[in-house]
Amino acid sequence: MRIALTVNGARREVDDVWEGESLLYALRERMGLAGAKNACEQGECGSCTVYLDGLPVCSCLVAAGQAQDREVTTVEGLGGSSEDSGDEAELDPVQQAFVRCGAVQCGFCTPGLVVTTHDLIRRNPEPSDPEIREALAGNLCRCTGYEKILDAVRSAAAEVRS
Amino acid sequence: MDFLTPTTWADALAAKAEQPDAVPVSGGTDVMVEINFDRRRPPALLDLTRVPDLREWTHDDDGRVRLGAGVTYARIITELGRTLPGLAMAARTVGSPQIRHRGTVGGNLGAASPAGDSHPALLAADAVVEVASVRGTRQVPVAEFYTGVKRNALAPDELIAAVLLAPATGPQQFCKIGTRNAMVISVSAFGLALHPGRRAVGTGIGSAAPTPRPADEAAAFLAGELDAAGLWESRGPLPEGLAAEFGHRVRAAAAPIDDVRGTAAYRLHTLSVMARRAATWAWDEHRGADARRAA
Repeated sequence: MRIALTVNGARREVDDVWEGESLLYALRERMGLAGAKNACEQGECGSCTVYLDGLPVCSCLVAAGQAQDREVTTVEGLGGSSEDSGDEAELDPVQQAFVRCGAVQCGFCTPGLVVTTHDLIRRNPEPSDPEIREALAGNLCRCTGYEKILDAVRSAAAEVRS
Repeated sequence: MDFLTPTTWADALAAKAEQPDAVPVSGGTDVMVEINFDRRRPPALLDLTRVPDLREWTHDDDGRVRLGAGVTYARIITELGRTLPGLAMAARTVGSPQIRHRGTVGGNLGAASPAGDSHPALLAADAVVEVASVRGTRQVPVAEFYTGVKRNALAPDELIAAVLLAPATGPQQFCKIGTRNAMVISVSAFGLALHPGRRAVGTGIGSAAPTPRPADEAAAFLAGELDAAGLWESRGPLPEGLAAEFGHRVRAAAAPIDDVRGTAAYRLHTLSVMARRAATWAWDEHRGADARRAA
């Protein structure tokens, strides 16, 4: 089937979508947006987190057809550039904070954590540590580098507040 | 596979009547997992996210909350925390923020897993499930809705429209055992509601029987003891040992198995403890409400 949706501000039409296919698969394999990662495929790890109509969701659990006419923002859509230009100045403050704090080990969980953190700080620019932990509870880092990630969230929040 | 996208409730019921083996999908937190893992290849998916009626909650003529089957856990927490405190407490324990933005009570009922987080709260609150088909609408008390492991009372052409719940008239509690706070399928769970107006107690057991189930004997025992001692009126302290005895009786209502998440013995023990604590907390809150009124 064909689906049409808005991804990172641009209208996209995608053909040959299988009816049981996830939004994550459509983003990665049909639209070339490999930022959201495919790991657990059951909503446990948060690596595939994207905004769907403004709410962070696991894109592996959204049927691609359910995204018809919806607005999706992926990690590629954060910051000033819609494509990964590699220019750090165009990164979102959350992305910059993850770079600054070294909150990345293997990097697989990072895009999901960035999107989730972006949502947290947007809603709550001064989150307490328990609020950060609660907000990030659905994003797993199997390198277990959570301390740097928490540093990055605090740093990003401070940056956004200033 | 077909992908059906009704935009009205009437069209959704017509689609389900025409293709009874179409699998309804809303948040996808159960259905999409089964598809992603090749465990299920339904002939059709029936997407219910575009049916506005399902995503609303209202008050019905009897003053009950009519919670559309597609209202997400996140919205229950933010919009109904005071009206349906037990369900909101259960909702806060569901998955993660991402899951709570998608998952729905209707989905929990459709999946009918004994481990579904909303079930103990629905049972304790005497919720009624409104189901519909092109043949008409009927109301099923939630305790009768669960018919077996992952089985429910829906006919093949029926869809879940809403859940009907009276606003809380007394304290409600929800307890859940798991290996961490987030992203946990319950090892065991317990819901409790005090209904002071009718001097009744509501209970719900999760993950400790083939279906979610109430602990009716335990509930009647606790309500009766409170009644016999005149405590519903006096709001005096719970007699020594009453909450513990209630816990023992809740445990006796369960029929758990050993599985990957826990042993039957652990489930029984935790249920007993959760029921004792829930009763103590709820009664303390009931007494506190009285003290606040007097002040």
